[in-house]
Amino acid sequence: AAPLPTKTGPFSGALTPTDKQDVTHFNNFYEFGMDKSDPAENSGAFKPMPWTLRIEGEVAEPQTIDIAALIAQGGIEQRIYRMRCVEAWSMVIPWDGIPLAAILKRANPLGSARYVAFESVHRPSEMPGQNGGFGSLDWPYVEGLRLDEAMNPLTFLALGIYGETLPNQNGAPVRLVVPWKYGFKGIKSIVRIRLTKDQPPTTWQRMAPDEYGFYANVNPDVDHPRWSQASERVIGSSSLFGEKRQPTLMFNGYADQVASLYTGMDLRHFY
Amino acid sequence: MPIRLPHSTPAWIFVISTERPKLARCTWTWRAIPSWPLYPLGLIPAVWLFWRGVEGHLGADPVGTFEKMLGLWAIRFLAASLVISPIRWVTGISLLKYRRALGLLAFIYVVLHVTAYVWLDIGFNDAILIRDITRRPFIILGALALLALIPLALTSNRLSIRKLGRRWSRLHRLVYLVAILAGIHLFLAFKRPTPTSELYDGLLAALLLARVVHGAFSGRRRVVRSG
Repeated sequence: AAPLPTKTGPFSGALTPTDKQDVTHFNNFYEFGMDKSDPAENSGAFKPMPWTLRIEGEVAEPQTIDIAALIAQGGIEQRIYRMRCVEAWSMVIPWDGIPLAAILKRANPLGSARYVAFESVHRPSEMPGQNGGFGSLDWPYVEGLRLDEAMNPLTFLALGIYGETLPNQNGAPVRLVVPWKYGFKGIKSIVRIRLTKDQPPTTWQRMAPDEYGFYANVNPDVDHPRWSQASERVIGSSSLFGEKRQPTLMFNGYADQVASLYTGMDLRHFY
Repeated sequence: MPIRLPHSTPAWIFVISTERPKLARCTWTWRAIPSWPLYPLGLIPAVWLFWRGVEGHLGADPVGTFEKMLGLWAIRFLAASLVISPIRWVTGISLLKYRRALGLLAFIYVVLHVTAYVWLDIGFNDAILIRDITRRPFIILGALALLALIPLALTSNRLSIRKLGRRWSRLHRLVYLVAILAGIHLFLAFKRPTPTSELYDGLLAALLLARVVHGAFSGRRRVVRSG
């Protein structure tokens, strides 16, 4: 990981980041394997540079963005966000990047655009988890947001963590961060962003629609058949007796910023 | 010296294990090894995991790892206890005297697994516990497996075997239910089937299937013999 010059952005106070070692060695990134330790171990052959990100679909000016050039332009800010995994654990991560809205505006979205579809890279030669096997996901990994969610100031395209470019296991070179949603919405190693009229499919919803919804908003009141969503284990303690559990907050603590997006919606139905 | 086998053992197995001198000798060799060392040996993983956890070597989520590993060891010992009979059917080698220790080790690991969950994971928070146990299928299945194991552990002693007689064998068929519940619980523990859950679920399924196949096979033999 190379140093990434950043300025302090909004949403960076109050929270104490999880240890870097834990943030970079406890990952869900099935492209590199299913264990939390697999991404750090199996991502050595992955080449995140050079990299281009394509923005297309319902936009007036489709773009191909070179990630190295984007980093060189500067203006990268740091945001310290809570990260809540659907598996009922959480971290605090200092991301470096740019608001997604800034990138989408470059492409000039059309009035017909209502959703944003994201697609990860598909490189089985560099990503051993993409070579199939029982239990494997369908590749490439895809995710989606409603356009107003994507344009929310909290929604972030991360290019780094801890003031350095993203390590491969954290989704190099560019990934999505939507802090009020479960972590699996944070699609990694993005190659394509497509603005659409209709709600796009998402990988986990396709796998198990009764467990993973399109919205996947952190919600302590909507239970998951496997994991309790009312509370969460805080990752990053040093020992067996030091690990804490804390109550899970509605919208992962970002209700002030995002609750208005869902006014009048039944969040049990749209989970 | 004739080898004593429980009355539930089909006659043909008794014949196989006594008629072949080589196998009989083999059986005798196994029988010379006592079963009690299985207890201290079987508890080594628990002690090791505990110390690794206390020393801070179980990674970023020590409680989660500890919990999962204890559960996995429970499944391993459960599978080991279920493999004793198929080994006897196929090879004639009886490792029956080790089965109690393996079954009890499975029970001990389940108790440790649940203790880790109630104590280290949810911190004796009864609100979380009640919510989990009433709403999450994953936890409900695990709790049912523990409940079904308790009568088996309580009647694992010689006195119960003698007193319950045939009913003891019938009661201990509950272990098949435990295997099914534990297998689904393991399957649900991960977002997707992992190599680990596939391996152990496959093993449990194979061990249960072996019962079905063997039951059908020996059933037919009985019919043939009586006819």
